Amino acid sequence: MTRARRPDERAEAEPPDIPGFRTWRGIYLFVFGWFVLVVVMLTVFTGIFS
Amino acid sequence: MNVADWIVLLGTIVGIAAYGFWRTRHVRSLNTYLRGSTSAGWGTIGLSVMATQASAITFLSIPGQGFESGIGFVQNYFGLPLALIIVCAVFLPMYRRLNVYTAYEFLGQRFDKKTRLLGAGLFLLQRGLAAGVTIYAPAIILSTVLGWRLDLVIVFTGLLVIVYTVTGGSEAVALTHKWQMTMISAGMVTALVVLLLRLPEGLGFTDAAHVAGALGKLQAVDFSLDPGRRYTVWTGVFGGLFLSLSYFGTDQSQVQRYIGGASLREGRLGLMFNAVLKIPMQFVILLIGALLFVFYQFTAHPVFFNQAEWRRHADDGRFAALELQHADALAQSQSAIRAWLQARTSDDVAREASARATMVAANNRTAAVRAEARVALAAADPRTKTKDSDYVFITFILTQLPHGTIGLLVAVMFAAALQSKAAELAALGTTTTIDFWRHFRPLAAADEGRNVRVARRFTAMWGLFAVAFALFAGFAENLIEAINILGSIFYGVLLGLFLVAFFLRRVGGSAVFFAALAAEGLVIVMYLSLNIGYLWYNIIGCGACVAFSVVLQAVLPPRLRAHEGRPV
Repeated sequence: MTRARRPDERAEAEPPDIPGFRTWRGIYLFVFGWFVLVVVMLTVFTGIFS
Repeated sequence: MNVADWIVLLGTIVGIAAYGFWRTRHVRSLNTYLRGSTSAGWGTIGLSVMATQASAITFLSIPGQGFESGIGFVQNYFGLPLALIIVCAVFLPMYRRLNVYTAYEFLGQRFDKKTRLLGAGLFLLQRGLAAGVTIYAPAIILSTVLGWRLDLVIVFTGLLVIVYTVTGGSEAVALTHKWQMTMISAGMVTALVVLLLRLPEGLGFTDAAHVAGALGKLQAVDFSLDPGRRYTVWTGVFGGLFLSLSYFGTDQSQVQRYIGGASLREGRLGLMFNAVLKIPMQFVILLIGALLFVFYQFTAHPVFFNQAEWRRHADDGRFAALELQHADALAQSQSAIRAWLQARTSDDVAREASARATMVAANNRTAAVRAEARVALAAADPRTKTKDSDYVFITFILTQLPHGTIGLLVAVMFAAALQSKAAELAALGTTTTIDFWRHFRPLAAADEGRNVRVARRFTAMWGLFAVAFALFAGFAENLIEAINILGSIFYGVLLGLFLVAFFLRRVGGSAVFFAALAAEGLVIVMYLSLNIGYLWYNIIGCGACVAFSVVLQAVLPPRLRAHEGRPV
């Protein structure tokens, strides 16, 4: 038998309601990926102009 | 500044403050006063989080940093997105689940009353003392450049922020943040566009970037493992992660920005908005500084950008000679840059290398004259502040921008000063009310109206304290650095308390309380006996607090362990 979730737990488990993202983990991965992309772009920028 | 500038400046600054005051003048609910509107969406929360972090010094000093040392400072923000993911996944859901007004209430629920008071006390001590500096630091620069009286600038900005923050509390802060950040973004984009348009004819963005790059201003990332280097990817990711986690996760001025709002989703998206935009935003501000460097290779500029200070000693013959040397070095540098730009387009690699070496040498000569000017100033008056990079961007604004936009950009600086101050005052008032006043008057907790009135009084009290401190800070300039050091001494232990609370579920209140005191003692002893960079005390304080907690939990007598950590 599964335990009934408290309202706050339900809120935490709610999907982000952003097109293309079903879970918050997906959003965090996207933000992490964006961070990596920004670092890569800054590295390329440094390579071109320095 | 002419009439148009004054209209734009006063219209935007006073207009936004008046709007915040008017819209929130009827706030009576404690929840709205302390946590902001319950209908705030992620955009409002995200802009408010961004505005709290972006002070006037961000917009005055960071372009100067780009001008002087290049854009490598952007790496300092590399830990921020990672920290915000942790705050979003761990800290924010817990704060909302426990329905707390302050981060330190969470410590009370997780541990005990004494640990909560310790956490809140550390915050008030550090943030309360820093309160005056956030008004004083930009006021001294703006009053120097604009020729206004310092005390009037401090009193004007201080009273303006007190009026709307005391009236509408957190809701007024979030509401004004939204418009202040919108105006700041518009102002910075305007400055960038004008800067690009003012570059010499035939020198586009790409050429300007190549010049800045060749002269060492565009090294955005540095993967070096040399510990002697100040800004590298590694110090940015690890040090930045630590500092950002401490700031966004445990500092009430930030926590208060995201614990309210319509739902957990809105808070999370507001934080993710910052995680995505912060590095690009800082990059653009630094890039403005690097482009200013190129602009000033082709435009006559003072040998020392803090002209008010320079003119105080202008009758010294040595200073006039330095100005001539600087103009001469600048002319040579300009010719060398043009020669290099021409050589770049040829296929002659040797010619390009030779032209580049000439350009770098000419630039070094200009830098040497500027360094000599600083030495001359220090010799003329040892109390003179010889760092003039904070004055570079404001000098550009006042001398190169068209009227109207000058007012807008000066308004940007004032808006930034107001927005960070407002968040700080609201947090100080909230923490004093919830964690101290209500703690010692538990029966008053049920009287909502009284709680709001008390919160208003404490917010006003902190505001007046900040203004008074800023008015007298001029007599004790060294106090400012002392306050930054004090922050580093206390911040680490505060983060340690929260890390134990979140991740070491078996550690109880007594263990973490005594561990925090011991860690604080260790940090203070180290500070008094060692000579290391004070930023390291953040890591030492946090690490010691966590390690001591684990040890004490294991060795404390059962009587003191009776109050075990409660998973919340």
